[in-house]
Amino acid sequence: MSTTLIQLSPEQERQSQMARRKKRWNDFLHMVATHSGLIALSAIFLLPLYLVLVISLMTHGQAETRSIWPNPFVWHNYIEVFTAVPFLKWTLNTLFVATLSTLGTVLSSVPPAYVLSRLQWKGRNFTFIIILSTMMLPGQVTMIPVYIIFSRLDWIPSFLPLIVPSFFSSAFSIFLLRQFFVSIPDEISDAARIDGCSEFKLMMRIIVPLAKPAIMAIALFSFLGAWNDFFGPLLYIVENENLWTLGIGLNQFQGIHHVESNMMMTASVLFMAPVIILFFFSQKVFIEGVTLTGVKG
Amino acid sequence: MAKAIASPLTRKRGGAIAAPAQKKIKTPWVFIFFCLSPWLFGLLGFTLYPMISSFYQSFTKFNLIETPEWVGLENYNRAFTEDPLFWKSLKNTIWISVVSIPLRIAFAMFTAWMLTKPKRGSNFYRTIFFLPSMVPAVAATLVFAYIFNPAYGPINKGLELIGIQNPPYWFGDPAWSKWGLILLGLWGIGDTMIIYLAGLLDVPKSLYEAASLEGANAWQSFRYVTFPMMTPVIFFSAVTGVIGSFQYFTQAYVASGQVKDFSYSMYFYATHIYHEAFKAYEMGYASALAWILLVITLVLTLIILRTQKRWVHYPNGSLFK
Repeated sequence: MSTTLIQLSPEQERQSQMARRKKRWNDFLHMVATHSGLIALSAIFLLPLYLVLVISLMTHGQAETRSIWPNPFVWHNYIEVFTAVPFLKWTLNTLFVATLSTLGTVLSSVPPAYVLSRLQWKGRNFTFIIILSTMMLPGQVTMIPVYIIFSRLDWIPSFLPLIVPSFFSSAFSIFLLRQFFVSIPDEISDAARIDGCSEFKLMMRIIVPLAKPAIMAIALFSFLGAWNDFFGPLLYIVENENLWTLGIGLNQFQGIHHVESNMMMTASVLFMAPVIILFFFSQKVFIEGVTLTGVKG
Repeated sequence: MAKAIASPLTRKRGGAIAAPAQKKIKTPWVFIFFCLSPWLFGLLGFTLYPMISSFYQSFTKFNLIETPEWVGLENYNRAFTEDPLFWKSLKNTIWISVVSIPLRIAFAMFTAWMLTKPKRGSNFYRTIFFLPSMVPAVAATLVFAYIFNPAYGPINKGLELIGIQNPPYWFGDPAWSKWGLILLGLWGIGDTMIIYLAGLLDVPKSLYEAASLEGANAWQSFRYVTFPMMTPVIFFSAVTGVIGSFQYFTQAYVASGQVKDFSYSMYFYATHIYHEAFKAYEMGYASALAWILLVITLVLTLIILRTQKRWVHYPNGSLFK
């Protein structure tokens, strides 16, 4: 560019060309270094996933030899795991709990988030502070009396203690939704109100469709939370084998029945696969959701 | 959409706290109450009542079947003077917080910083770094317990191949089991890393340009630009890290089930409460332990909050000021 503006002597021309070439070479070296570092880190992050995958395809004998390549490949493990452990039943149980508690969380968290962000009223900030502080409250403080309530209701063991609480809002979801709702311009609501739209209609017809990404995010987080949950099922369903979820099943089964280690790895792969597939389809929602909850200045 | 989702972070002050001048509309109290009711009943039934109840129970002897019997401060006394496992679990918990919280912060910062470097392809690496944080804790722990197993796990074979004689027995060795758990936690750093990445990308480019005009080298521009701008995120993860480590349960519980942890090296505070409440059915004593936990986390959080004025830098004021 500079050459078109200022005439350079051939000597200067050559020098600037060399400088450019040197810069390009430096940029290239820089790029190689950056990507080598990133590839090395990627290898570390992927190593456990790679290992569980290959072990899940080994014979039982080979799985205990510290080898890192299946010989032969036992694809049959992925069929056998359904008979070695009641895998299908655990999956259906987990799916049932996760779906219903996601539904509960979404239904019961959108309305509170709406009134906390889209309406002005006395006591709103105070309510929001209470919600924030319940997020900080360690679960152990409330855990025992809640357990006693459920046991008095004769709900243990059953799925009810895992599902019903989600219909009473999650503070985290309210927080995330509120952060999104406040970003929608007030003018939209004002215009609808002038047209005589009721608050309920305004929430359901205008704000909820606009907030789809945030609602998707809380739905995904609560589904994932329920899918991955271990402590809740450990308290409430462990006594009845028919109710076991994947997490409980995988952890408890070994202690009671003998399961070969390659089967455990096969089952682990099948346990994490749906979550990883879900992640690939909704990566953007996930990452934006996590970002939205991070507290920043 | 990306734009819409990014904006609350910048707009949240204007939109939320300071209301724009509005025409006076009647506050729709019925609607507000209707919308808040699920949360409100949840607060009463699953938070307030249980809190009061567990506070009362912490002064009783209670086994779920008989009626609670008032014993005064007996439970608290027992924790501090008669229960070696209380001290053991507390020590383990403090150890893992002190070691893992700074490590997690450094590692999240490092991986996020690496992701800001390449001109292209950073989304690809981000996906890989994030992936392990999606793996269910039980599966991740079972996998780690297996691949770090000294007899049939490939990790130690790898360590031997690169010349490390007698690699540790990891989960099987009380001196190393916590390091196994820490590695497991670092592997799942992804969600924390995303928050750090967002923070790093938020640092205005002009600050780096100004620093380089002043002749700052890479370390100086990290120390005097990046780090101060990242302190709110670091502060946030320190607070959640402290709260989280007192709730640390699943990974430790699953891992100790895999190896028979006779020396209680992976026995943490949350594990102790679980055992007292649901194995020994000492509901009163477990409630006292839970209240001690609440006080400890409150005190630690307040200490971190107190120090924040000295090191946390908020560009436009803070939510928690």
